[in-house]
Amino acid sequence: MTINEFIPLAVLASSLVPGLIIFLLPDERVGVRTALNVLAAITKLILVGILASGVQSGETYGFRYEIIPGLYLAFNADALGLLFITLSALLWLFTTVYAIGYLEGSHYRSRFFGFFSLCVTATMGIAMAANLFTFFMFYEFLTLSTFPLVVHRGTQKAIKGGTVYLAYTLVSGTLFLTGIVWLHRLIGHTDFTHGGIAGILGPEFAGQLRIIFLLLICGVGVKAALVPLHGWLPLAMVAPAPVSALLHAVAVVKAGAFGIVRIVFEVYGIEFAHSLSLLMPLAIAAAVTILWGSLRALFQDDLKKRLAYSTVSQVSYIALGVALLGPVGTVGGLVHLVHQGIMKITLFFGAGNYAETLGIHKVSEMDGVGRRMPLTTGAFTIASLGMMGIPFTAGAVSKKWLTEGAGIAGMQWVVWVLWTSSLLNAAYFLPILWRSWFRKTPASWPAENIPFKRFETSWLLLLPPLITAGTVLAAGIFANTEWSPLAWAQLIAKREYLNSP
Amino acid sequence: MSDHMIWLILLPLVWGTFAFISGPGKGAWISITGLFLQFVLTVIIAAGLSKTGPLTHTVGGWGQPLGIDLALDGLSAAMLLLVHIIALPVAIYARSYFSSDSAESRYYWPVTGFLFAGINALLLSADLFNIYVTLELVGLSAVILVATGGGEKQISAALRYLFATLIGSGMYLLGIALIYGTYGTVSIASLDLLIFPGAPDIIWIAVSLMLIGLMLKTALFPFHFWLPPAHGSASSPVSALLSALVVKASFYLILRIWLGPFHSLLVSVPAVSYLPMLLGSGAILWGSYKAIRVKRIKMLIAYSTVAQLGYLFLIFFLLSSKTALQAGIMQAFAHGLAKASMFAAAGVLIKSSGQDTVAGITGTAERIPITLFSLMLAGVTLMGLPPSSGFLAKWMLIEAALEQGHWFIAVIVLSGGLLAAVYVFRLIRQAFVHTHVIPKKTLPVPRTLEWAAFSLAAMSVLLGLRGVELMNLISGFLGNQSGNQL
Repeated sequence: MTINEFIPLAVLASSLVPGLIIFLLPDERVGVRTALNVLAAITKLILVGILASGVQSGETYGFRYEIIPGLYLAFNADALGLLFITLSALLWLFTTVYAIGYLEGSHYRSRFFGFFSLCVTATMGIAMAANLFTFFMFYEFLTLSTFPLVVHRGTQKAIKGGTVYLAYTLVSGTLFLTGIVWLHRLIGHTDFTHGGIAGILGPEFAGQLRIIFLLLICGVGVKAALVPLHGWLPLAMVAPAPVSALLHAVAVVKAGAFGIVRIVFEVYGIEFAHSLSLLMPLAIAAAVTILWGSLRALFQDDLKKRLAYSTVSQVSYIALGVALLGPVGTVGGLVHLVHQGIMKITLFFGAGNYAETLGIHKVSEMDGVGRRMPLTTGAFTIASLGMMGIPFTAGAVSKKWLTEGAGIAGMQWVVWVLWTSSLLNAAYFLPILWRSWFRKTPASWPAENIPFKRFETSWLLLLPPLITAGTVLAAGIFANTEWSPLAWAQLIAKREYLNSP
Repeated sequence: MSDHMIWLILLPLVWGTFAFISGPGKGAWISITGLFLQFVLTVIIAAGLSKTGPLTHTVGGWGQPLGIDLALDGLSAAMLLLVHIIALPVAIYARSYFSSDSAESRYYWPVTGFLFAGINALLLSADLFNIYVTLELVGLSAVILVATGGGEKQISAALRYLFATLIGSGMYLLGIALIYGTYGTVSIASLDLLIFPGAPDIIWIAVSLMLIGLMLKTALFPFHFWLPPAHGSASSPVSALLSALVVKASFYLILRIWLGPFHSLLVSVPAVSYLPMLLGSGAILWGSYKAIRVKRIKMLIAYSTVAQLGYLFLIFFLLSSKTALQAGIMQAFAHGLAKASMFAAAGVLIKSSGQDTVAGITGTAERIPITLFSLMLAGVTLMGLPPSSGFLAKWMLIEAALEQGHWFIAVIVLSGGLLAAVYVFRLIRQAFVHTHVIPKKTLPVPRTLEWAAFSLAAMSVLLGLRGVELMNLISGFLGNQSGNQL
């Protein structure tokens, strides 16, 4: 086995092995568990760094192995996969630190961190999968390993949220599998290839390929929360804040959006998908999701629910970007994969801090919270402004490229959708900011658990949102430097389009 | 090499007898040693099969038509492997399970010795009459194992089981009698050359009797009435063996008959293969429905067996593609391993909480996390989710179905997976319910029990990552098979 075959496996193992060890640790072994977690996250980051610098200079990292005759478990850490891996590996570190602070002294922590590591492993597998079969294996593995996290609290509500989550994901997984086996029957393999593999089938297969596309998109669409497949997401909000962060920014929702990218570019090929007229329906579905999610977010008083609907809306920017024919729109969609992640995780960290520190769960309870928790609220503010697309934030970069891409693809209506969405974003984020900064602080908070000592809350809870808020700004301001998410997205788009047949 | 085959039959008889002589509650270690030796022999035989080709052995030098012939090919080798990778962990489990209670274990070791001798002989026999003898041996040992529970429920379940198994083997015997009357031989190899599509009607009657008798013994819907009470009320190690292995033995015979001497006859009337396919579909739906409804854990697992056996019968409709038989064998492994693990895990849960209800799982999982993990892994296999052998089985089954354009089968397979998810998560979900009420006295459980259950579940998952060797055994078998028919 060469080193280039080994590194992708090491990336998987760097969270799988610690996860399995953590399961066996008793809850009280906080020190060992924390050390393992942090060490694993850092190891993973280093490995990912090696991959990233290699891939940029044109190295290939892959591993292929036959499970049963004709069926391969295959990994390939390409530029697109690395975009997702880097995001997840980085956010895993922050979320782990945050979760250590958040869950201090609560029950079943070993179970929690064990499944948490398995989730990240699944995400890595999804990102590096080199064919649909492998993608599906890790996609379902992700479903199974997130279920225990969603039901972590064990309350009736949590169990219900988890059950709904399973119902959505398992049914869609079944449709996904149908599509994959069908495609495998037709083509003989499902390897991801620049420019797609479906194009080799003659025009008489157009009908079947359209149905397969629908099945595949339904499969990944549930996790990507495409309307009307998004029903599970607000209910899954019962999970603890680090889990919400994981679901919305690191793993689940992202895996769905990432799946859409893979399917459109490397299974069908963007040109071929266009020739089957599949892109327009996808764009419409994404646009409807963007508007519907924003509209629903307007009416949520529960902070986490508002953020959940905001995710529904924002993640579809990625699908929308993919559906725009032309590299500029693609760059916009891909870069938003990262940008949405860092912005949304900051928001969830913020929401978690309000809940843990002051017992605030509702927007209407947030009056004057900015004076009590200025740093958290500052980070929250930056991320909210990013979501609206204010200049110098990551969100502005995504919107700029998406808008230009829509113009180039000749889809003027998409520009209108993006503007409307920005307005709606402002309409549900600005009132929060107004309340927290300018309203009067109430006499007492709903439930003040952590008093103001040196910092406004525990430093483990405070540090992650500050760093991620910093990256939101950095990704906006330094967008044109060599290692920015934007530069990486441009690299991917270049490879996808130049290598198309 | 062919001598090894005899030892596979003799060894269990030897350790079974020793266990009987050494008295109640003893004999565990000699049985485990014996099973280990058998396991090694099986691996040697299976690994060498690609070089040696199918083996035959004439016991005591007495040839056809009077003597006892043994034969082994890829299909029987695969089944022997299945038997032994399950038997060994279950034996280790059983030793620990019965250690506190010698009354219940009094007959366990001797009878399992005879059971394994029967199963191995069945898998190695080369003629239909010897198979009948082994079939009776397997059936009666299984009935005795259920009855050794000693309770009123076990006795009545055992009687019902006895009734079913005797009718099943009776029908099979009648079938052979008719065949012997017509052709004057019961050797599978000789019959291969004698039976052609234009065979007399009496042969149709014979083969129908044999198949239906065996379906009754395999508990194929709607002949499954005896299975849930028997498997659900036996002690956990017994349930594991019965659900994972004993029903597979009669399934194997159906395959033998279908693919062997009667193949050309059966495929000459395509409508015949509709029957197992339809019954299999019915089994999947009805078994899953019942598993979703029942209150007791072991009944749930038993009904799940009824459903999972259904998949095995879907393949008869698709056998013209090679993938179908591979899918069937993979499913036999997946279900065997996962089901043995589930019954073993259920045994731990019941020992720990003192009750056999789904609600009783609440709050037990914190103290026995490995058992919960085994349940989850085995559940993954039963649902056919990746990575697991169950997933590979389903993948191949769907692929074979699509290849031949039988969408109906693909839909049944996929919906069966979703139904399985409903009953599996009924159990697992319960484990995550947080309770402030500390469950009443919980009993400590030996770790060996937990790890034995876990090893079975882990195998069911790991096979999903490495199935090439097993699948090659089956393609080798199919290669010989088509060679013979040309």
